[in-house]
Amino acid sequence: MPDQPSPKHAKDDPRVEDTQHAASQDSPAAEDTAAVVAVDTAGGAMQPSAVPATAQSGQLPGGSGTVLRRIFTGSGIVSVLAVLLALIIGGLLIASTDKQVATTAGYFFARPTDMLAAVWNAATRSYIALFQGSVFNPRGNGLAAQFAPFMETLTIATPLITAGLGVALAFRAGLFNIGAQGQIIVAGILAAWVGFALHLPFGLHLLLVLVAGIVGGALWGGLAGLLKARTGAHEVIVTIMFNYIALYFLRYLLNTPAFQRPGESNPISPILDPSAVYPQILGSQYRLHLGFVLAIAATVLVWWLLNRSTVGFEFRAVGANPKAAQTAGINVSRSTILVMAIAGGLAGMSGVAQVAGTEKVLTDGVAATYGFDAITVALLGRSTPWGTFAAGLLFGAFRAGAVQMQIQTGTPIDIVLVVQSLIVLFIAAPPLVRAVFGLNPRRRKPARAARSRQAATTGGAA
Amino acid sequence: MSTTVSSSRPGKPQPGGPTAGAPSAAPATRPVSWKTPVLLTVFALVSLVFFGFLAPSQTASFGISTGEDFFQLPALEINAFAGGIVLSVLLVALAGYAVYLKIKNQPAPGWLAVTFIVIFVAAFLIWVVGGARTPAISLAGLIAGSVTLAVPLVFGSLSGVLCERVGVVNIAIEGQLLGGAFTAAIVASMTKNAIIGLLAAAIAGAVVSMVLALFSIKYLVNQIIVGVVLNVLVSGVTGFLFSTVMQTNKAQFNSPPGLDVIDIPVLSSIPIIGPILFRQSLVGYLMYVAVAVVWVGLFKTRWGLRVRAVGEHPQAADTLGINVNATRFWNVTLGGAVAGIGGSFFTLVAIDSFTKEISGGRGFIALAALIFGRWNPVGAFFAALLFGFADNLQSIVTIIGTPVPSQFMAMLPYLVTVLAVAGLVGKSRGPAASGIPYVKG
Amino acid sequence: MAENVALGAEPTKAAGFLNLDQTRQRIKEISDQYGFDVDPDALVEDLPVGVQQRVEIIKALVRNARVLILDEPTAVLTPQETDELLDIMRQLKSRGTSIVFISHKLREVKAVSDTITVIRRGKVVGTADPAASTTELASMMVGRAVSLTLDKAPAQPRETTFEVRDLTVIAPNGQHVVDHLSFHIKRGEILAIAGVQGNGQTELTEAILGLQERVSGSIVLDGRELVGRSVKEVLQAGVGFVPEDRKVDGLVGTFSVAENLVLDLYDKPPFAKGISMSPAKIMENAKARIGEFDVRTPSAAAAAGTLSGGNQQKLVMARELSRPLRLFIASQPTRGVDVGSIEFLHRRIVAERDQGTPVMIISTELDEVMELADRIAVLYKGKLVGTVPAGTSRDVLGLMMAGIPPEEHAQTPQAGTPAATSNAEGADHA
Repeated sequence: MPDQPSPKHAKDDPRVEDTQHAASQDSPAAEDTAAVVAVDTAGGAMQPSAVPATAQSGQLPGGSGTVLRRIFTGSGIVSVLAVLLALIIGGLLIASTDKQVATTAGYFFARPTDMLAAVWNAATRSYIALFQGSVFNPRGNGLAAQFAPFMETLTIATPLITAGLGVALAFRAGLFNIGAQGQIIVAGILAAWVGFALHLPFGLHLLLVLVAGIVGGALWGGLAGLLKARTGAHEVIVTIMFNYIALYFLRYLLNTPAFQRPGESNPISPILDPSAVYPQILGSQYRLHLGFVLAIAATVLVWWLLNRSTVGFEFRAVGANPKAAQTAGINVSRSTILVMAIAGGLAGMSGVAQVAGTEKVLTDGVAATYGFDAITVALLGRSTPWGTFAAGLLFGAFRAGAVQMQIQTGTPIDIVLVVQSLIVLFIAAPPLVRAVFGLNPRRRKPARAARSRQAATTGGAA
Repeated sequence: MSTTVSSSRPGKPQPGGPTAGAPSAAPATRPVSWKTPVLLTVFALVSLVFFGFLAPSQTASFGISTGEDFFQLPALEINAFAGGIVLSVLLVALAGYAVYLKIKNQPAPGWLAVTFIVIFVAAFLIWVVGGARTPAISLAGLIAGSVTLAVPLVFGSLSGVLCERVGVVNIAIEGQLLGGAFTAAIVASMTKNAIIGLLAAAIAGAVVSMVLALFSIKYLVNQIIVGVVLNVLVSGVTGFLFSTVMQTNKAQFNSPPGLDVIDIPVLSSIPIIGPILFRQSLVGYLMYVAVAVVWVGLFKTRWGLRVRAVGEHPQAADTLGINVNATRFWNVTLGGAVAGIGGSFFTLVAIDSFTKEISGGRGFIALAALIFGRWNPVGAFFAALLFGFADNLQSIVTIIGTPVPSQFMAMLPYLVTVLAVAGLVGKSRGPAASGIPYVKG
Repeated sequence: MAENVALGAEPTKAAGFLNLDQTRQRIKEISDQYGFDVDPDALVEDLPVGVQQRVEIIKALVRNARVLILDEPTAVLTPQETDELLDIMRQLKSRGTSIVFISHKLREVKAVSDTITVIRRGKVVGTADPAASTTELASMMVGRAVSLTLDKAPAQPRETTFEVRDLTVIAPNGQHVVDHLSFHIKRGEILAIAGVQGNGQTELTEAILGLQERVSGSIVLDGRELVGRSVKEVLQAGVGFVPEDRKVDGLVGTFSVAENLVLDLYDKPPFAKGISMSPAKIMENAKARIGEFDVRTPSAAAAAGTLSGGNQQKLVMARELSRPLRLFIASQPTRGVDVGSIEFLHRRIVAERDQGTPVMIISTELDEVMELADRIAVLYKGKLVGTVPAGTSRDVLGLMMAGIPPEEHAQTPQAGTPAATSNAEGADHA
């Protein structure tokens, strides 16, 4: 039980799960669990009613797959291939607007290799710049500088992770929280105000900033949950509208004396007190701040909440089958409000990371696009806490590297949006990815041979 | 030919869960919700206090005629205080009537809410203008401007109607608008022909929609996920191509010829109505046509009956030989084309070039209009007008200088939508099968 | 109704515009021909279920169907309505229509068919003649010999601990779906609630459980009022509940068997301390229950949704019977369950009764009602038609299910005749 308490728990790391099944082929138990894991992850752990399990299993390679096919068609490999496919398409898009490619395309039929080389160069040049801007820069002066891009990645990943956790947690309870953007903004407003308007001792001040931010996000998220629970208003619509309401409210505030920096005509707040900002945890040469440590802590907390607590049990039950949850005595309304409040609180941590970590002031761009990116982060992370953490790091790397890429190669940052959204689309549709890479069972000879062998052992249950 | 009859599938979808099959034993005393009367009362009191008692005593002036009209009507001059009080009292009366109906357990009729909204808006307008530094606006200009701003919203919400009626949630309206705007700009620039640009916009919108349809119907990906992600994707692709292609050669790729306003002689000179109906761009006229065609199509034709059946009860439709997924696919595609045309408005009519994120979240307002309009093309049209009005008022208010911060005016459509989904449209519901992928068996 | 009938084969005027008048005409013709009595302009949702069933058949006839497939059409009909349907089927047959009649009710199958094909787990296991005996057919369906009768000791009712008084439930659409209902159950007694599907049974159980919003009257268990309490409080008072649709209300399909076995106990010791849950204890519990109820599952970690219907039902039953109960309610306890598991589930229900728990069974299957019940209450349109002793004849119960109280059809000889022992076997031939 502690190792594999349930498919839901097992879902936390699909890759591990898959290898387990590959290893324990002969056990029929493993087979069923595998099917369920695949069902769940393929569906993106969204409102289950929207993705009927039967429909999902219909496209699975079948309950009695082979070791080989299980590995190649498992969700782990699909994730990797989805990222690869998205990068390839992004590369083609980069190449398509490249001057060198255009020139060589003019004589494509005379010397096709020229153009192919140009395509390769254009794409790889951008991606190398992206890598150097996000992980390791060999031209840096000393090890510290060489790893500076990675620290930048972690810094940018911080708000992505916490907001992503908020979205993921709501997903697990069957709610589509598009409102991380608004929750970050409201959190930012409260946290920033505490940060610049109150003057308190070190420690206490920062703690209060953090609490204010979390409470702000939780209120904004919880309000959406309350509307959903009490009136049945669809949370997608409500949270989208709440994003705009929060944004215009912030714009209004930034033009009022209480928030506008004295003597400033632009909508910008005073700088937060030094006692109100996150300390930089790896020295002043990096922007990386305490918020990242808190993001790790939040990930652990969400994992525990979902998998080891009664509250999480309720959330998951409500998300998977609200009617059964209600019949079993779970208060669905309370769960809806609570999960949206916690999700908002997590997004609120992102708001705090922005105003107390990186920006140190409040502007109307405080949330940047973190709230929307958080949705893709949660989807890529399949709504599991550690998956979301990993996805946050990946998208953080994209964001950090894109800046460098634009400077070095002139490739616009927008390419990151393209790659990001393609990844999520592909991951949500494993059959498509498998088809693109020719991994569908029917097309693989070895798989077929192995399959018939398997059929013999399982009595042809396929 | 064979036909399936099954106990578990009464042909007509039935609202509500477990009780649906219960024969009506007792007289159906449908309980009337307190929501509407309470909401109306609150708004009536707000109006009475703010627009009535706290109203400025200036005289608000509303110009009715424009210089080009047949005959000139005098401007409407209303004392803000008196006007506010009179209208607020009317609102209170309406709210009182709703409460009375509730006590008698009768639902408030549709005209009540509509009248209430109209009067409330009028009271608000008088209050805003009365409190301005220059308390005079052109009513004709305000309404005509609202219609213009509503054009992309109407197209967007029609796209939503077409998709949701067939059972697919379309959160990607924003992406369809943006894709249409971009394609219209680039194609019109390259061909030097705005009409070709318009057609290209429709195709671009349809392509975005096809991706939505492919992923949600074939691969059964959650429709909301696909919609959200598509918005990001279109924003990324158009942003990328804008920076790499359009910016480098603006003359060739980003200077589309515009679609001019076509004045219909004589008719366009009728005060107020003239500019609204007969002084529009091609896209504006197409909007009226589209609303009418979609309404007639949905409710008066075989195609419409099938579409609605697929959106309400796909299983039943399937057993009667309708190809559910094909119907869905082509309707979603059609919806995308409609939204694409709406997108062309930005680059061919409003502004003569493309910029990043030119649609600016209007796709989401269109979504709101769809819900506020209760999934009905005509309802969506009027909801879009209301939101266009709010949008227009926001800019006018900034010019004439009123006490209301413009940010709150900008917030209005969103606030109204939240109120709508939370209370006002409580009784209405979307198509039953919307958002649920259909899998045979 | 015309819109419904038109759908799929819509008559149109020029340019795709609908021509519903033509459809109305056709409906009238067919309705007269077969003696259906329907109004083309009525809204389908306002029609009684029996008439809705006819609308479905008209739909088929409008299209001149030569093959008619009826999939479990009698689930929502009273025995008398069923007989009418069977008559219509015979009429259609005589006019050359081929009919495929899918049903799990052996009596009906035997009454109307010319050949019977038995399928089990998606495979044809054989064909039989309508003259074959019920036991033979049942054995074919299960794959082994089954006993269709239940050995049940006579009930030994003790004091009354559960009582429903003047219960009324109002549905969101304003209907009184449960209408001034009063009944009681003694300890050690099984009360079966019979009735055609959709006559308020669902709402009655939901009201007891605290799932219904607009409830008036009183529900008393062990002297405590249950109306107005939350589901959690009702469960805590000792109510065990097996819902009618296990997939919708009873199980979370994607959860493991182990998690489903604590679905309503997850926050109680020993499974949780505060808000921290104990996976080890949950697994231990699962192993014990799986063994006790013979749930055929690959493992306790398998998803409940992957189990067969019978095993899912055992799972729900195992969970509900795993704690001391003061009242046990089972709604459609054997719907969609293979005949083999039915035996087992019925025995467990009787065992719970014999422990002295008041048991309430809601079933639309008259056979099941007659087999399990010590007393039978019949619901019609949310009202109690009457309460009769076990052994009341099928005809009397059938009329009661159509809303006619026993005293009004006194001409029926068995009416009100008490019979101590269950006569399911006899009822089969009634």
